[in-house]
Amino acid sequence: MAGAVTTVTAVSNETRPKHLTEARWVRWTLIGIALLFVSVVILLPLITVLLESFRKGWSVYIEALKDPDSIAALKLTLTTALIAVPLNTIFGVAAAWAITKFTFRGKNLLITLIDLPYAVSPVISGLVYILLFGAQGFLGPWLFEHDIKIVFATPGIILATMFVTFPFVARELIPLMESQGVQDEEAAVSLGSRGWRTFFRVTLPNIKWGLLYGIILCNARAMGEFGAVSVVSGHIRGETNTLPLHIEILYNEYQYTAAFAVASLLMLLAIVTLIIKSLIESKLVRSKHGE
Amino acid sequence: MAKRKSVLPGRRLTLGFTILYLSLIVLIPLAGLVVKTAGLTLPQFWETVTSPRVLASYRVSLVTAFFAAVVNVVFGLIVAWVLVRYRFPGKKLVDGLIDIPFALPTAVAGIALTSIYAPNGWIGKLFDPLGIRIAYTPLGITLALIFIGVPFVVRTVQPVLQDLESDTEEASVLLGAYRWRTFRRVILPELIPPLLTGFALAFARGIGEYGSVVFISGNMPMKTEITPLLIITKLEQYEYSQATAIALVLLILSFGLLLIINSLQRWSNRRLRSS
Repeated sequence: MAGAVTTVTAVSNETRPKHLTEARWVRWTLIGIALLFVSVVILLPLITVLLESFRKGWSVYIEALKDPDSIAALKLTLTTALIAVPLNTIFGVAAAWAITKFTFRGKNLLITLIDLPYAVSPVISGLVYILLFGAQGFLGPWLFEHDIKIVFATPGIILATMFVTFPFVARELIPLMESQGVQDEEAAVSLGSRGWRTFFRVTLPNIKWGLLYGIILCNARAMGEFGAVSVVSGHIRGETNTLPLHIEILYNEYQYTAAFAVASLLMLLAIVTLIIKSLIESKLVRSKHGE
Repeated sequence: MAKRKSVLPGRRLTLGFTILYLSLIVLIPLAGLVVKTAGLTLPQFWETVTSPRVLASYRVSLVTAFFAAVVNVVFGLIVAWVLVRYRFPGKKLVDGLIDIPFALPTAVAGIALTSIYAPNGWIGKLFDPLGIRIAYTPLGITLALIFIGVPFVVRTVQPVLQDLESDTEEASVLLGAYRWRTFRRVILPELIPPLLTGFALAFARGIGEYGSVVFISGNMPMKTEITPLLIITKLEQYEYSQATAIALVLLILSFGLLLIINSLQRWSNRRLRSS
Protein backbone atom coordinates (compact mmCIF):
# COMPACT_ATOMS: atom_id res chain seq x y z
CA MET A 1 0.00 0.00 0.00
CA ALA A 2 3.05 2.26 -0.04
CA GLY A 3 2.55 5.16 -2.35
CA ALA A 4 -1.22 4.98 -2.10
CA VAL A 5 -1.27 7.00 1.07
CA THR A 6 -0.62 10.73 1.10
CA THR A 7 -2.03 13.67 2.99
CA VAL A 8 -3.86 16.69 1.75
CA THR A 9 -0.80 18.70 2.73
CA ALA A 10 1.00 16.70 0.03
CA VAL A 11 4.24 15.33 1.40
CA SER A 12 6.84 17.39 -0.39
CA ASN A 13 10.05 15.82 -1.49
CA GLU A 14 12.19 18.83 -2.25
CA THR A 15 15.44 19.00 -0.34
CA ARG A 16 15.97 22.02 1.81
CA PRO A 17 18.99 24.25 1.33
CA LYS A 18 21.89 23.08 3.44
CA HIS A 19 22.06 26.05 5.77
CA LEU A 20 18.38 25.59 6.65
CA THR A 21 18.60 22.00 7.72
CA GLU A 22 20.32 20.02 10.42
CA ALA A 23 23.55 18.07 10.42
CA ARG A 24 23.30 14.64 8.85
CA TRP A 25 23.51 12.74 12.14
CA VAL A 26 20.76 14.88 13.66
CA ARG A 27 18.54 14.25 10.65
CA TRP A 28 18.97 10.49 10.75
CA THR A 29 18.59 10.32 14.53
CA LEU A 30 15.28 12.17 14.29
CA ILE A 31 14.14 9.97 11.40
CA GLY A 32 15.13 6.91 13.44
CA ILE A 33 13.16 8.07 16.47
CA ALA A 34 10.12 8.85 14.33
CA LEU A 35 10.22 5.49 12.56
CA LEU A 36 10.67 3.59 15.81
CA PHE A 37 7.79 5.47 17.44
CA VAL A 38 5.40 4.88 14.54
CA SER A 39 6.44 1.22 14.24
CA VAL A 40 5.96 0.39 17.91
CA VAL A 41 2.85 2.48 18.54
CA ILE A 42 0.92 2.02 15.28
CA LEU A 43 2.41 -0.67 13.05
CA LEU A 44 2.90 -3.32 15.76
CA PRO A 45 -0.80 -3.47 16.72
CA LEU A 46 -1.75 -3.89 13.06
CA ILE A 47 0.71 -6.74 12.59
CA THR A 48 -0.51 -8.33 15.82
CA VAL A 49 -4.10 -8.41 14.57
CA LEU A 50 -3.01 -10.10 11.36
CA LEU A 51 -0.73 -12.68 13.02
CA GLU A 52 -3.15 -13.52 15.82
CA SER A 53 -6.07 -14.01 13.46
CA PHE A 54 -4.14 -16.48 11.27
CA ARG A 55 -2.35 -18.19 14.12
CA LYS A 56 -4.40 -21.37 13.82
CA GLY A 57 -4.53 -21.33 10.07
CA TRP A 58 -6.82 -20.28 7.28
CA SER A 59 -9.63 -22.75 8.03
CA VAL A 60 -10.03 -21.63 11.63
CA TYR A 61 -10.05 -18.04 10.41
CA ILE A 62 -12.83 -18.71 7.90
CA GLU A 63 -14.69 -20.79 10.49
CA ALA A 64 -14.68 -17.84 12.91
CA LEU A 65 -16.10 -15.52 10.28
CA LYS A 66 -18.75 -18.02 9.18
CA ASP A 67 -20.10 -18.40 12.71
CA PRO A 68 -23.81 -17.41 12.72
CA ASP A 69 -23.23 -14.89 15.52
CA SER A 70 -20.47 -13.23 13.49
CA ILE A 71 -22.72 -13.06 10.43
CA ALA A 72 -25.53 -11.57 12.54
CA ALA A 73 -23.10 -8.99 13.96
CA LEU A 74 -21.91 -8.11 10.46
CA LYS A 75 -25.51 -7.67 9.30
CA LEU A 76 -26.35 -5.40 12.23
CA THR A 77 -23.23 -3.33 11.65
CA LEU A 78 -24.09 -2.88 7.97
CA THR A 79 -27.74 -2.03 8.75
CA THR A 80 -26.66 0.56 11.30
CA ALA A 81 -24.22 2.22 8.91
CA LEU A 82 -26.77 2.07 6.08
CA ILE A 83 -29.21 4.15 8.12
CA ALA A 84 -26.92 6.40 10.16
CA VAL A 85 -24.56 7.45 7.37
CA PRO A 86 -27.17 8.66 4.80
CA LEU A 87 -29.10 10.57 7.49
CA ASN A 88 -25.95 12.29 8.73
CA THR A 89 -24.98 13.01 5.13
CA ILE A 90 -28.28 14.77 4.43
CA PHE A 91 -27.84 16.71 7.65
CA GLY A 92 -24.24 17.57 6.79
CA VAL A 93 -25.17 18.96 3.38
CA ALA A 94 -28.12 20.94 4.76
CA ALA A 95 -26.06 22.35 7.63
CA ALA A 96 -23.15 23.28 5.36
CA TRP A 97 -25.54 24.96 2.90
CA ALA A 98 -27.26 26.97 5.66
CA ILE A 99 -23.98 27.96 7.30
CA THR A 100 -21.96 28.85 4.22
CA LYS A 101 -24.57 30.39 1.91
CA PHE A 102 -26.37 32.68 4.37
CA THR A 103 -25.54 35.08 7.17
CA PHE A 104 -27.44 34.79 10.42
CA ARG A 105 -26.93 35.44 14.08
CA GLY A 106 -25.53 32.65 16.23
CA LYS A 107 -23.67 31.00 13.35
CA ASN A 108 -20.55 30.38 15.43
CA LEU A 109 -22.65 28.92 18.20
CA LEU A 110 -24.30 26.59 15.70
CA ILE A 111 -20.90 25.42 14.44
CA THR A 112 -19.75 24.76 18.01
CA LEU A 113 -22.94 22.80 18.75
CA ILE A 114 -22.40 20.66 15.66
CA ASP A 115 -18.94 19.84 17.02
CA LEU A 116 -20.29 18.80 20.42
CA PRO A 117 -20.40 15.03 19.76
CA TYR A 118 -16.63 15.12 19.11
CA ALA A 119 -16.07 16.33 22.66
CA VAL A 120 -18.46 13.94 24.38
CA SER A 121 -17.15 10.62 25.67
CA PRO A 122 -18.69 7.75 23.67
CA VAL A 123 -19.98 6.30 26.91
CA ILE A 124 -22.04 9.46 27.50
CA SER A 125 -23.31 9.35 23.90
CA GLY A 126 -24.91 6.03 24.75
CA LEU A 127 -26.00 7.01 28.25
CA VAL A 128 -28.13 9.94 27.07
CA TYR A 129 -30.37 7.58 25.07
CA ILE A 130 -30.77 5.27 28.06
CA LEU A 131 -31.95 8.28 30.03
CA LEU A 132 -34.46 9.17 27.31
CA PHE A 133 -35.74 5.78 26.22
CA GLY A 134 -34.69 3.31 28.95
CA ALA A 135 -37.14 1.69 31.38
CA GLN A 136 -36.40 4.39 33.97
CA GLY A 137 -36.08 7.08 31.32
CA PHE A 138 -38.32 10.02 30.43
CA LEU A 139 -40.16 8.21 27.63
CA GLY A 140 -39.63 4.72 29.03
CA PRO A 141 -43.11 4.09 30.48
CA TRP A 142 -44.85 5.39 27.34
CA LEU A 143 -42.69 3.24 25.09
CA PHE A 144 -43.34 0.21 27.30
CA GLU A 145 -47.08 0.76 27.05
CA HIS A 146 -46.90 0.88 23.30
CA ASP A 147 -44.51 -2.03 23.13
CA ILE A 148 -41.77 -0.09 21.34
CA LYS A 149 -38.20 -1.10 22.11
CA ILE A 150 -35.47 1.46 21.48
CA VAL A 151 -32.63 0.82 23.91
CA PHE A 152 -31.20 -2.69 24.07
CA ALA A 153 -32.48 -3.03 20.50
CA THR A 154 -31.49 -1.95 17.01
CA PRO A 155 -33.03 1.57 17.10
CA GLY A 156 -30.91 2.49 20.14
CA ILE A 157 -27.77 1.25 18.42
CA ILE A 158 -28.59 3.32 15.34
CA LEU A 159 -29.32 6.44 17.43
CA ALA A 160 -26.09 6.15 19.42
CA THR A 161 -24.16 5.68 16.17
CA MET A 162 -25.86 8.73 14.66
CA PHE A 163 -24.87 10.80 17.69
CA VAL A 164 -21.23 9.76 17.53
CA THR A 165 -20.88 10.25 13.76
CA PHE A 166 -23.05 13.38 13.70
CA PRO A 167 -20.39 16.03 12.82
CA PHE A 168 -18.34 14.09 10.25
CA VAL A 169 -19.93 15.18 6.94
CA ALA A 170 -20.80 18.71 8.08
CA ARG A 171 -17.27 19.19 9.36
CA GLU A 172 -15.73 18.32 5.97
CA LEU A 173 -18.19 20.40 3.93
CA ILE A 174 -18.32 23.63 5.93
CA PRO A 175 -14.70 24.77 5.31
CA LEU A 176 -14.81 23.54 1.71
CA MET A 177 -18.04 25.37 0.83
CA GLU A 178 -16.89 28.41 2.78
CA SER A 179 -13.80 28.67 0.58
CA GLN A 180 -15.85 28.27 -2.60
CA GLY A 181 -18.14 31.20 -1.81
CA VAL A 182 -21.57 31.78 -3.35
CA GLN A 183 -20.73 33.21 -6.81
CA ASP A 184 -21.35 30.01 -8.77
CA GLU A 185 -24.76 29.47 -7.21
CA GLU A 186 -25.73 33.14 -7.55
CA ALA A 187 -24.81 33.09 -11.22
CA ALA A 188 -26.93 29.98 -11.73
CA VAL A 189 -29.90 31.52 -9.90
CA SER A 190 -29.64 34.77 -11.85
CA LEU A 191 -29.75 32.71 -15.03
CA GLY A 192 -33.05 31.31 -13.83
CA SER A 193 -31.98 28.04 -12.27
CA ARG A 194 -34.21 26.68 -9.52
CA GLY A 195 -33.20 25.57 -6.04
CA TRP A 196 -32.66 21.82 -6.37
CA ARG A 197 -31.30 22.19 -9.89
CA THR A 198 -28.77 24.74 -8.65
CA PHE A 199 -27.69 22.35 -5.95
CA PHE A 200 -27.37 19.27 -8.15
CA ARG A 201 -25.85 20.98 -11.19
CA VAL A 202 -23.65 23.65 -9.60
CA THR A 203 -22.91 22.90 -5.94
CA LEU A 204 -22.69 19.12 -5.97
CA PRO A 205 -20.00 18.89 -8.68
CA ASN A 206 -17.97 21.44 -6.71
CA ILE A 207 -18.15 19.57 -3.44
CA LYS A 208 -18.33 15.95 -4.58
CA TRP A 209 -14.85 14.90 -3.40
CA GLY A 210 -15.18 16.65 -0.05
CA LEU A 211 -18.59 15.07 0.39
CA LEU A 212 -17.29 11.61 -0.42
CA TYR A 213 -14.42 12.15 1.99
CA GLY A 214 -16.83 13.02 4.80
CA ILE A 215 -19.04 10.04 3.99
CA ILE A 216 -16.26 7.44 4.10
CA LEU A 217 -14.90 8.80 7.40
CA CYS A 218 -18.44 8.83 8.81
CA ASN A 219 -18.94 5.27 7.62
CA ALA A 220 -15.68 4.02 9.14
CA ARG A 221 -16.62 5.45 12.50
CA ALA A 222 -20.21 4.20 12.23
CA MET A 223 -19.06 0.63 11.61
CA GLY A 224 -16.35 0.73 14.26
CA GLU A 225 -18.03 2.56 17.14
CA PHE A 226 -17.71 0.65 20.39
CA GLY A 227 -18.30 2.66 23.57
CA ALA A 228 -21.59 4.34 22.71
CA VAL A 229 -23.05 1.23 21.14
CA SER A 230 -21.88 -0.90 24.05
CA VAL A 231 -23.98 1.15 26.48
CA VAL A 232 -27.26 0.86 24.52
CA SER A 233 -26.88 -2.60 23.04
CA GLY A 234 -27.71 -4.92 25.91
CA HIS A 235 -25.28 -7.44 24.38
CA ILE A 236 -27.77 -10.00 23.15
CA ARG A 237 -25.84 -12.48 21.03
CA GLY A 238 -26.97 -12.72 17.45
CA GLU A 239 -29.43 -9.88 18.01
CA THR A 240 -27.94 -6.66 19.31
CA ASN A 241 -24.24 -7.27 18.80
CA THR A 242 -22.36 -5.24 16.25
CA LEU A 243 -18.95 -6.39 15.01
CA PRO A 244 -16.95 -4.41 17.61
CA LEU A 245 -19.17 -5.74 20.42
CA HIS A 246 -18.84 -9.25 19.05
CA ILE A 247 -15.04 -8.87 19.28
CA GLU A 248 -15.37 -7.98 22.95
CA ILE A 249 -17.53 -11.02 23.72
CA LEU A 250 -15.22 -13.43 21.89
CA TYR A 251 -12.18 -11.92 23.57
CA ASN A 252 -13.69 -12.13 27.05
CA GLU A 253 -14.55 -15.79 26.37
CA TYR A 254 -10.89 -16.41 25.56
CA GLN A 255 -11.69 -17.19 21.92
CA TYR A 256 -8.70 -15.09 20.90
CA THR A 257 -8.31 -16.37 17.35
CA ALA A 258 -11.96 -15.75 16.58
CA ALA A 259 -11.84 -12.31 18.21
CA PHE A 260 -8.83 -11.33 16.10
CA ALA A 261 -10.39 -12.80 12.96
CA VAL A 262 -13.40 -10.51 13.36
CA ALA A 263 -11.03 -7.68 14.28
CA SER A 264 -9.09 -8.24 11.06
CA LEU A 265 -12.28 -7.51 9.09
CA LEU A 266 -12.62 -4.15 10.80
CA MET A 267 -8.91 -3.48 10.30
CA LEU A 268 -9.38 -4.12 6.60
CA LEU A 269 -12.23 -1.60 6.62
CA ALA A 270 -9.93 0.96 8.27
CA ILE A 271 -7.13 0.41 5.77
CA VAL A 272 -9.47 0.56 2.77
CA THR A 273 -10.99 3.74 4.20
CA LEU A 274 -7.56 5.35 4.50
CA ILE A 275 -6.59 4.33 0.97
CA ILE A 276 -9.79 5.82 -0.48
CA LYS A 277 -9.23 8.89 1.68
CA SER A 278 -5.74 9.40 0.30
CA LEU A 279 -6.97 8.94 -3.27
CA ILE A 280 -9.61 11.61 -2.68
CA GLU A 281 -7.03 13.86 -1.09
CA SER A 282 -4.77 13.71 -4.09
CA LYS A 283 -7.84 14.62 -6.22
CA LEU A 284 -8.55 17.55 -3.91
CA VAL A 285 -4.94 18.75 -4.08
CA ARG A 286 -4.94 18.44 -7.86
CA SER A 287 -8.23 20.32 -8.24
CA LYS A 288 -6.86 23.08 -6.00
CA HIS A 289 -3.70 23.37 -8.10
CA GLY A 290 -5.73 23.18 -11.29
CA GLU A 291 -7.51 26.45 -10.55
CA MET B 1 -18.69 40.85 5.32
CA ALA B 2 -21.30 42.78 3.37
CA LYS B 3 -24.74 42.35 4.87
CA ARG B 4 -27.20 41.76 2.12
CA LYS B 5 -30.04 39.44 1.45
CA SER B 6 -28.93 36.33 -0.33
CA VAL B 7 -30.71 35.43 -3.56
CA LEU B 8 -30.02 31.76 -2.96
CA PRO B 9 -32.90 29.46 -2.13
CA GLY B 10 -33.34 27.06 0.75
CA ARG B 11 -32.44 29.26 3.69
CA ARG B 12 -35.48 28.33 5.74
CA LEU B 13 -35.47 24.70 4.71
CA THR B 14 -31.80 23.97 5.40
CA LEU B 15 -31.51 26.06 8.55
CA GLY B 16 -34.74 24.65 9.90
CA PHE B 17 -33.74 21.08 9.17
CA THR B 18 -30.27 21.63 10.64
CA ILE B 19 -31.64 22.96 13.91
CA LEU B 20 -34.36 20.30 14.11
CA TYR B 21 -31.98 17.41 13.50
CA LEU B 22 -29.34 18.86 15.83
CA SER B 23 -31.96 19.22 18.56
CA LEU B 24 -33.35 15.71 18.15
CA ILE B 25 -30.07 13.83 17.97
CA VAL B 26 -27.75 15.89 20.15
CA LEU B 27 -29.26 18.74 22.16
CA ILE B 28 -32.39 17.13 23.63
CA PRO B 29 -30.57 13.93 24.66
CA LEU B 30 -27.78 15.98 26.28
CA ALA B 31 -30.33 18.19 28.00
CA GLY B 32 -31.90 15.01 29.36
CA LEU B 33 -28.63 14.30 31.13
CA VAL B 34 -28.73 17.66 32.87
CA VAL B 35 -32.41 17.33 33.78
CA LYS B 36 -31.84 13.85 35.20
CA THR B 37 -28.99 15.11 37.36
CA ALA B 38 -31.18 17.96 38.59
CA GLY B 39 -33.30 15.24 40.22
CA LEU B 40 -30.55 14.88 42.79
CA THR B 41 -30.18 17.36 45.62
CA LEU B 42 -26.90 19.26 45.67
CA PRO B 43 -25.47 17.34 48.66
CA GLN B 44 -26.44 14.03 47.01
CA PHE B 45 -24.80 15.11 43.78
CA TRP B 46 -21.67 16.25 45.58
CA GLU B 47 -21.45 13.07 47.59
CA THR B 48 -21.73 10.96 44.44
CA VAL B 49 -19.14 12.79 42.39
CA THR B 50 -16.62 13.03 45.23
CA SER B 51 -16.86 9.52 46.66
CA PRO B 52 -13.42 7.87 46.96
CA ARG B 53 -13.93 5.41 44.10
CA VAL B 54 -15.11 8.18 41.75
CA LEU B 55 -12.25 10.48 42.75
CA ALA B 56 -9.80 7.64 42.11
CA SER B 57 -11.29 7.17 38.64
CA TYR B 58 -10.84 10.88 37.79
CA ARG B 59 -7.25 10.59 38.90
CA VAL B 60 -6.58 7.54 36.73
CA SER B 61 -8.26 9.14 33.71
CA LEU B 62 -6.64 12.56 34.08
CA VAL B 63 -3.14 11.35 34.90
CA THR B 64 -2.95 8.75 32.13
CA ALA B 65 -4.50 11.11 29.55
CA PHE B 66 -2.08 13.85 30.60
CA PHE B 67 1.06 11.73 30.28
CA ALA B 68 -0.13 10.19 27.02
CA ALA B 69 -0.69 13.69 25.60
CA VAL B 70 2.76 14.81 26.78
CA VAL B 71 4.42 11.83 25.09
CA ASN B 72 2.43 12.60 21.94
CA VAL B 73 3.54 16.23 21.95
CA VAL B 74 7.21 15.21 22.04
CA PHE B 75 7.07 12.37 19.52
CA GLY B 76 4.33 14.00 17.44
CA LEU B 77 6.56 17.01 16.92
CA ILE B 78 9.46 14.80 15.86
CA VAL B 79 7.26 12.79 13.48
CA ALA B 80 5.70 15.93 11.96
CA TRP B 81 9.12 17.54 11.63
CA VAL B 82 10.61 14.53 9.89
CA LEU B 83 7.60 14.18 7.57
CA VAL B 84 7.66 17.82 6.50
CA ARG B 85 11.38 18.49 6.30
CA TYR B 86 13.32 15.33 5.47
CA ARG B 87 13.39 12.74 2.72
CA PHE B 88 13.61 9.09 3.61
CA PRO B 89 12.37 5.78 2.25
CA GLY B 90 8.86 4.81 3.33
CA LYS B 91 7.87 8.38 4.09
CA LYS B 92 4.46 8.17 2.43
CA LEU B 93 3.68 4.93 4.25
CA VAL B 94 4.57 6.51 7.60
CA ASP B 95 2.40 9.49 6.74
CA GLY B 96 -0.51 7.18 5.99
CA LEU B 97 -0.03 5.14 9.17
CA ILE B 98 -0.52 8.30 11.25
CA ASP B 99 -4.26 8.22 10.46
CA ILE B 100 -4.71 4.60 11.56
CA PRO B 101 -5.79 5.49 15.12
CA PHE B 102 -8.57 7.66 13.65
CA ALA B 103 -9.83 4.91 11.39
CA LEU B 104 -9.21 1.72 13.36
CA PRO B 105 -12.15 0.76 15.60
CA THR B 106 -11.13 1.20 19.22
CA ALA B 107 -12.03 -2.36 20.19
CA VAL B 108 -9.57 -3.68 17.60
CA ALA B 109 -6.83 -1.45 18.96
CA GLY B 110 -7.76 -2.50 22.48
CA ILE B 111 -7.36 -6.25 22.02
CA ALA B 112 -4.22 -5.83 19.88
CA LEU B 113 -2.49 -3.60 22.44
CA THR B 114 -3.49 -5.92 25.27
CA SER B 115 -1.99 -8.95 23.56
CA ILE B 116 1.25 -7.03 22.87
CA TYR B 117 1.69 -5.74 26.41
CA ALA B 118 0.25 -8.64 28.43
CA PRO B 119 2.91 -10.48 30.48
CA ASN B 120 3.16 -13.15 27.75
CA GLY B 121 2.92 -10.71 24.84
CA TRP B 122 5.71 -9.55 22.52
CA ILE B 123 6.70 -6.51 24.52
CA GLY B 124 5.17 -7.52 27.84
CA LYS B 125 7.46 -10.58 27.82
CA LEU B 126 10.55 -8.36 27.66
CA PHE B 127 9.52 -6.34 30.70
CA ASP B 128 7.99 -9.08 32.83
CA PRO B 129 11.36 -10.49 34.06
CA LEU B 130 12.32 -6.97 35.16
CA GLY B 131 9.25 -6.91 37.36
CA ILE B 132 7.58 -4.28 35.20
CA ARG B 133 3.98 -5.01 34.33
CA ILE B 134 2.47 -2.96 31.55
CA ALA B 135 -0.96 -4.37 30.80
CA TYR B 136 -3.52 -4.07 33.62
CA THR B 137 -1.65 -1.09 35.13
CA PRO B 138 -1.92 2.69 34.57
CA LEU B 139 1.12 2.31 32.29
CA GLY B 140 -0.94 0.12 29.95
CA ILE B 141 -3.78 2.66 29.93
CA THR B 142 -1.27 5.38 29.06
CA LEU B 143 0.08 3.31 26.16
CA ALA B 144 -3.43 2.82 24.77
CA LEU B 145 -4.05 6.56 25.00
CA ILE B 146 -0.73 7.27 23.28
CA PHE B 147 -1.95 5.14 20.37
CA ILE B 148 -5.27 7.01 20.24
CA GLY B 149 -3.63 10.43 20.46
CA VAL B 150 -0.89 10.18 17.80
CA PRO B 151 -2.79 11.81 14.90
CA PHE B 152 -3.95 14.83 16.90
CA VAL B 153 -0.51 16.33 17.47
CA VAL B 154 1.03 15.27 14.15
CA ARG B 155 -1.91 16.53 12.08
CA THR B 156 -2.10 19.90 13.83
CA VAL B 157 1.65 20.58 13.70
CA GLN B 158 2.21 19.37 10.12
CA PRO B 159 0.36 22.13 8.21
CA VAL B 160 1.89 24.89 10.34
CA LEU B 161 5.37 23.51 9.79
CA GLN B 162 4.62 23.29 6.08
CA ASP B 163 3.53 26.91 5.82
CA LEU B 164 6.41 28.25 7.87
CA GLU B 165 8.21 30.82 5.72
CA SER B 166 11.92 30.27 5.56
CA ASP B 167 12.87 33.99 5.57
CA THR B 168 12.93 34.33 9.36
CA GLU B 169 14.98 31.17 9.50
CA GLU B 170 17.29 32.59 6.81
CA ALA B 171 17.66 35.82 8.75
CA SER B 172 18.47 33.96 11.92
CA VAL B 173 21.16 31.96 10.11
CA LEU B 174 22.57 35.09 8.49
CA LEU B 175 22.80 36.65 11.93
CA GLY B 176 24.97 33.74 12.90
CA ALA B 177 22.59 31.77 15.08
CA TYR B 178 23.28 28.09 15.51
CA ARG B 179 20.70 25.58 14.32
CA TRP B 180 19.47 24.70 17.80
CA ARG B 181 19.15 28.36 18.71
CA THR B 182 17.29 29.05 15.48
CA PHE B 183 14.92 26.23 16.31
CA ARG B 184 14.34 27.46 19.86
CA ARG B 185 14.04 31.13 19.07
CA VAL B 186 12.51 31.23 15.60
CA ILE B 187 10.72 27.98 14.83
CA LEU B 188 9.46 26.74 18.20
CA PRO B 189 7.45 29.90 19.03
CA GLU B 190 5.48 29.40 15.79
CA LEU B 191 4.78 25.81 16.76
CA ILE B 192 3.54 26.53 20.29
CA PRO B 193 -0.13 27.16 19.30
CA PRO B 194 -0.49 23.96 17.21
CA LEU B 195 1.39 21.94 19.84
CA LEU B 196 -0.95 23.20 22.55
CA THR B 197 -3.97 22.52 20.35
CA GLY B 198 -2.73 19.01 19.62
CA PHE B 199 -2.07 18.45 23.31
CA ALA B 200 -5.56 19.60 24.28
CA LEU B 201 -7.21 17.47 21.57
CA ALA B 202 -5.28 14.36 22.59
CA PHE B 203 -5.92 15.03 26.28
CA ALA B 204 -9.66 15.57 25.73
CA ARG B 205 -9.94 12.41 23.66
CA GLY B 206 -7.96 10.49 26.25
CA ILE B 207 -10.26 11.45 29.10
CA GLY B 208 -13.35 10.18 27.30
CA GLU B 209 -11.77 7.16 25.60
CA TYR B 210 -13.29 3.80 26.38
CA GLY B 211 -12.87 1.07 23.75
CA SER B 212 -9.11 0.91 23.48
CA VAL B 213 -8.64 1.16 27.23
CA VAL B 214 -11.09 -1.35 28.77
CA PHE B 215 -9.17 -4.38 27.55
CA ILE B 216 -5.72 -3.29 28.69
CA SER B 217 -6.71 -1.54 31.93
CA GLY B 218 -7.71 -4.55 34.01
CA ASN B 219 -10.49 -2.37 35.47
CA MET B 220 -9.59 -2.61 39.14
CA PRO B 221 -11.60 -0.12 41.22
CA MET B 222 -9.40 2.57 42.83
CA LYS B 223 -6.39 1.53 40.72
CA THR B 224 -7.05 1.14 37.01
CA GLU B 225 -10.70 2.07 36.68
CA ILE B 226 -11.22 4.97 34.27
CA THR B 227 -14.18 7.33 34.65
CA PRO B 228 -16.05 6.22 31.47
CA LEU B 229 -15.90 2.61 32.68
CA LEU B 230 -17.17 3.61 36.12
CA ILE B 231 -20.18 5.23 34.43
CA ILE B 232 -20.95 1.96 32.66
CA THR B 233 -20.47 -0.03 35.87
CA LYS B 234 -22.95 2.22 37.68
CA LEU B 235 -25.41 1.81 34.81
CA GLU B 236 -25.14 -1.95 34.96
CA GLN B 237 -25.91 -1.78 38.69
CA TYR B 238 -29.00 0.32 37.82
CA GLU B 239 -27.50 3.28 39.71
CA TYR B 240 -28.83 5.62 37.02
CA SER B 241 -28.62 8.86 38.96
CA GLN B 242 -25.06 8.14 40.09
CA ALA B 243 -24.00 7.25 36.55
CA THR B 244 -25.61 10.45 35.31
CA ALA B 245 -23.97 12.63 37.95
CA ILE B 246 -20.50 11.28 37.12
CA ALA B 247 -21.25 11.66 33.41
CA LEU B 248 -22.19 15.30 33.96
CA VAL B 249 -18.83 15.99 35.61
CA LEU B 250 -17.05 14.35 32.68
CA LEU B 251 -19.23 16.30 30.24
CA ILE B 252 -18.47 19.66 31.87
CA LEU B 253 -14.77 18.81 31.79
CA SER B 254 -14.99 17.97 28.07
CA PHE B 255 -16.90 21.18 27.27
CA GLY B 256 -14.31 23.23 29.12
CA LEU B 257 -11.60 21.57 27.05
CA LEU B 258 -13.61 22.11 23.84
CA LEU B 259 -13.83 25.85 24.56
CA ILE B 260 -10.10 25.99 25.27
CA ILE B 261 -9.37 24.07 22.07
CA ASN B 262 -11.57 26.42 20.01
CA SER B 263 -9.80 29.51 21.28
CA LEU B 264 -6.40 27.83 20.82
CA GLN B 265 -7.32 27.08 17.21
CA ARG B 266 -8.45 30.65 16.60
CA TRP B 267 -5.17 31.89 18.09
CA SER B 268 -3.23 29.43 15.95
CA ASN B 269 -5.09 30.48 12.78
CA ARG B 270 -4.58 34.17 13.47
CA ARG B 271 -0.85 33.64 13.86
CA LEU B 272 -0.80 31.60 10.69
CA ARG B 273 -2.55 34.34 8.72
CA SER B 274 -0.54 37.23 10.12
CA SER B 275 2.80 35.57 9.49
